[in-house]
Amino acid sequence: MSAPFVSQSYRSWGGVTRTARPVAHPKWRQELAGLLGGARDRGDVLGVGLGRSYGDSGLDAGGRLICGRGLDRFMAFDPQTGVLRAEAGASLDDILQLVAPRGWFLPTTPGTRFVTLGGAVANDVHGKNHHRAGSFGLHVRRLGLIRSDRGALELSREQEPQLFFATLGGLGLTGFIAWVELQLAPTPSSFLDQEAIGFSGLDGYFDLLADSHDRFEHVAAWIDCSATGGGLGRGVMFRANWSAEGGLVTHERRLKLTLPLEAPGWVLNRWSVGAFNSLYYSVHGSRHGLRRIPYAAGFYPLDAIGGWNRLYGRAGFFQHQSVIPEGVAREAVRKMLERISASGQGSFLAVLKSFGGKDSGGLVSFPRPGASLALDFPNRGAETLDLLDRLDAIVADAGGRIYPAKDGRMSAAMFQQGYPRWRALEALRDPSFQSAFWRRVTQS
Amino acid sequence: MKSSNAAPMGVIILGASSAIAEAVARRLATKGVRLGLVARDAVKLAAIGDDLRIRGAPQIAVRAWDLAAGPAPGALAELAQEMGGADTVLIAYGLLGDQALAEADGAAALELLQVNFTSAVSWALESSRVLATICGAHGLVVGLGSVAGDRGRKSNFVYGAAKGGLALALQGMAHRSALTGAPRGMVVKLGFVDTPMTAGFKKGGPLWSTPDQAAAAIVQAMARPKAIVYAPWFWRWIALIIRLLPEAVFNRADL
Ligand SMILES: Cc1cc2nc3c(=O)[nH]c(=O)nc-3n(C[C@H](O)[C@H](O)[C@H](O)COP(=O)(O)OP(=O)(O)OC[C@H]3O[C@@H](n4cnc5c(N)ncnc54)[C@H](O)[C@@H]3O)c2cc1C
Ligand SMILES: NC(=O)c1ccc[n+]([C@@H]2O[C@H](COP(=O)([O-])OP(=O)(O)OC[C@H]3O[C@@H](n4cnc5c(N)ncnc54)[C@H](OP(=O)(O)O)[C@@H]3O)[C@@H](O)[C@H]2O)c1
Repeated sequence: MSAPFVSQSYRSWGGVTRTARPVAHPKWRQELAGLLGGARDRGDVLGVGLGRSYGDSGLDAGGRLICGRGLDRFMAFDPQTGVLRAEAGASLDDILQLVAPRGWFLPTTPGTRFVTLGGAVANDVHGKNHHRAGSFGLHVRRLGLIRSDRGALELSREQEPQLFFATLGGLGLTGFIAWVELQLAPTPSSFLDQEAIGFSGLDGYFDLLADSHDRFEHVAAWIDCSATGGGLGRGVMFRANWSAEGGLVTHERRLKLTLPLEAPGWVLNRWSVGAFNSLYYSVHGSRHGLRRIPYAAGFYPLDAIGGWNRLYGRAGFFQHQSVIPEGVAREAVRKMLERISASGQGSFLAVLKSFGGKDSGGLVSFPRPGASLALDFPNRGAETLDLLDRLDAIVADAGGRIYPAKDGRMSAAMFQQGYPRWRALEALRDPSFQSAFWRRVTQS
Repeated sequence: MKSSNAAPMGVIILGASSAIAEAVARRLATKGVRLGLVARDAVKLAAIGDDLRIRGAPQIAVRAWDLAAGPAPGALAELAQEMGGADTVLIAYGLLGDQALAEADGAAALELLQVNFTSAVSWALESSRVLATICGAHGLVVGLGSVAGDRGRKSNFVYGAAKGGLALALQGMAHRSALTGAPRGMVVKLGFVDTPMTAGFKKGGPLWSTPDQAAAAIVQAMARPKAIVYAPWFWRWIALIIRLLPEAVFNRADL
C-alpha cells in the first residue's frame, strides 16, 4: 500500500504563493512506484524535499506533490573511502550528524543544511567553494531514479549517462530520485579558520578575489545594499579554510530560536533593512583577524533561526540570484546595485560569490564561471516585480542567467536565453512529471 | 545486566517498521544499544537494519514475523540470544483502523482487538517470561498506548478499548514487579504523532509531535520506568481533564 495523497496547505520558501495541494508522504522506497503509477489519469506529479526552493520550481503545476522527506535512511557508508549512499529525503543536516564526527564533510554545501539530497541533486546546488569543488552533482557517483514510464533505474556516468546528467540540476523533472550515492570530502577538523575583510566598493571585491580564491577554499562576500553613491558596493568578504585544530564534532541540533508566527508585513521596511545593513558593515567592515569558528557558524548562519522566512510576513518575498560571465561581471553587478539603490527597495541580504570553471555536466545547472549576486526583496507587488524585471534585463544584456531554485517570476524568454540546453531536458522529462516553474518558462 | 535506573543495553522492538519505533531505534542505535527488530515486512526490515547499523548499532538481529498472530514458543528467547542478550522489549505495532467499519463489520472489530489487544498482551507476557530468565527484575516490557485508551469516545472506542486494555495489562505487570521482582511493565500513552497511521488527519498545531519527539520521550522513560507515562508530558493533563469531565458535559462534545 502506498501513502495516500492528502490535501495540505503548502508553500515554497519565499511564500509568495500558498495553496492547498494533494501531498503524499511515503516512508518506504517500495511505495514510490504505486504513487507514480496512474499519474497520467490523475494529473502530473512532482517530487519535493524540504521546500527550501524560493519560488515555484518546487511547486506542482496543478497536480500532486510527493514529498520525499520521509525516505531518509542511510543505505551504505564506508568510513574509509567516504562514499555514502542514502535515500533522497535524507537532509544535509542528517548527513552531517553522521559523518562530521568521523572526519568527513559534504564536498560542497548550500547556505542551509535543511535541504534534502534529492533537492541538492535536482538543483545541482553550489557552495562557497565552487572555485575548488564545483557544484554538488560533480560528487554524485550514482543515483536511483523512479520513472512512471520505465520503473526503477540506476544511473551513473557509465550507466545511462544521458539521463544521469539530465537529472543533475534537472529540477526534479526526470523522475523521482529515490537515493543518491555521494563522494564525501575529508576534513581535518569541524572548524573553519575564517577571515573577514571589509572593502569599500565593488572594485575592492574584485581586487580581493584572485588572492582569496588562490588561498582559501570558502569565499563569499556580503554587500551593503543600503550604501549609495561613493559607498556603493561596499561590503565584507568572508574567506575560510578548514582548521587543522578543534577536533571532530557535529553541530548542535537544537535551534537557537524559532519564529512561531508570521511577522507583520512592516517589520522589514526600508529603514529597518537599511539600519541592519549599516550596522552589519560597521561591525564586520573593519575586522581583519583570523577566527576559528564551528562549521555551522561559517556555512549556516541563517539556520540558527528556524522559520526566518516568516519575517517577511504573509506577502512573502522574492530572491533574485544571477550569474554573470567573468569579463562583464563587474559592470553588470554595479548596474544592478545602482538599480536597487535607485528603487529604494533595499535587499535585506545581498551575497556576492564567484564561480570557477568546474562543470557537473547538468543540462540546466545554474553555475557557470563568473560572479553571482543573490538578493532578496519583500514582495510589494508590482513595484517589486518591476524592479526584478529590470535586474533581469541587466543580466540578459551581460549574457548571464537566473537561478531557478530562487525564482518565481522570470519570463520564459529570460529562462530560455540563459539555458540554451533546456530542450534536451524537456526531451528527457518523465511524461508524468511537471512543475509550475517548468510549465511557466517553457510553455508560455 | 543493568541497574534499575539505567539506559538499556539490548532492546527488542516488536513492530520495528512503525515510524515511532524507527525513531526510537535510531536514538538507541546512536547510543550503541543492541537491537532485535521484528516486523512482518522483510523488505522494510532490511532497509531499517542497514540504516541502524550505519548509525552505530553494535549488533542487530531481525525477524519477519506475523506479530498479530502472537508469539510462537521459544522464538523470542532465541532472538534475544542471537542479539547478545536483551533487557527491554518495546511493543510498538498497532492498527488505528476505522471505527465506523469496526461498528458495522464484526471481522473488522475482531482484527482491531486482535492486533492491538489480544496479540499485544500475549507478547507482553511472553516478553516478561523471556526477560525474567535473562535479567529478572531489571527486565522491562514497554507498550505504546494511546490517550484514546483513557476514556471511551465516539470516534475511536474500539481501538481505544484495545489500547486501554493493553495499558491495564502493563500496569498490572508493573505492580507485580514491585511485589515479586518479576520484569517490569510500562505503558507510554501517546497523543497525536505525525506518522503513516495518522496520514489522513489534518495536522499541525501544538498538540502534534514528530516521531522523533515521541521517541525522545519513550527513550527517556525507558531509563526511568514508571507504570504509566504520557508522551509528550502535557498529554497527562489533557487526559486527566478528559477523564474528569462530567458525563453531562462530555456527552455534548463530538470527539
Ligand atoms: C537559506 C537558504 C540558503 C540557500 N543557499 C543556497 C546556496 O548557497 N546554493 C544553492 O545552490 N542553493 C541554495 N539554496 C537553495 C536550496 O539549496 C535549493 O533550493 C535546494 O534544492 C532545496 O532542497 P529541498 O530539499 O528543500 O528541495 P525542494 O525545494 O523541496 O525542491 C527543490 C527541487 O528538487 C526537486 N526534488 C526534491 N526532492 C526530489 C526527489 N526526491 N526526486 C526528484 N526531485 C526532487 C523538486 O522537484 C524541486 O525541483 C538556499 C536556500 C535557502 C532557504
Ligand atoms: N501516531 C499516533 O498518533 C499514535 C497515537 C497513539 C498511539 N500510537 C501507537 O503508536 C504505535 C506506533 O504507531 P505509528 O504511529 O508509528 O504508526 P505506523 O508508522 O503506521 O506503524 C504501525 C506499525 O504497526 C504495524 N502493523 C499494523 N497492522 C499490523 C498487523 N495486522 N500485524 C502486524 N503489524 C501490524 C505496521 O507494520 P507494517 O509496516 O508491516 O504495516 C507498523 O509497524 C502504535 O501502537 C500506535 O497505536 C500512535
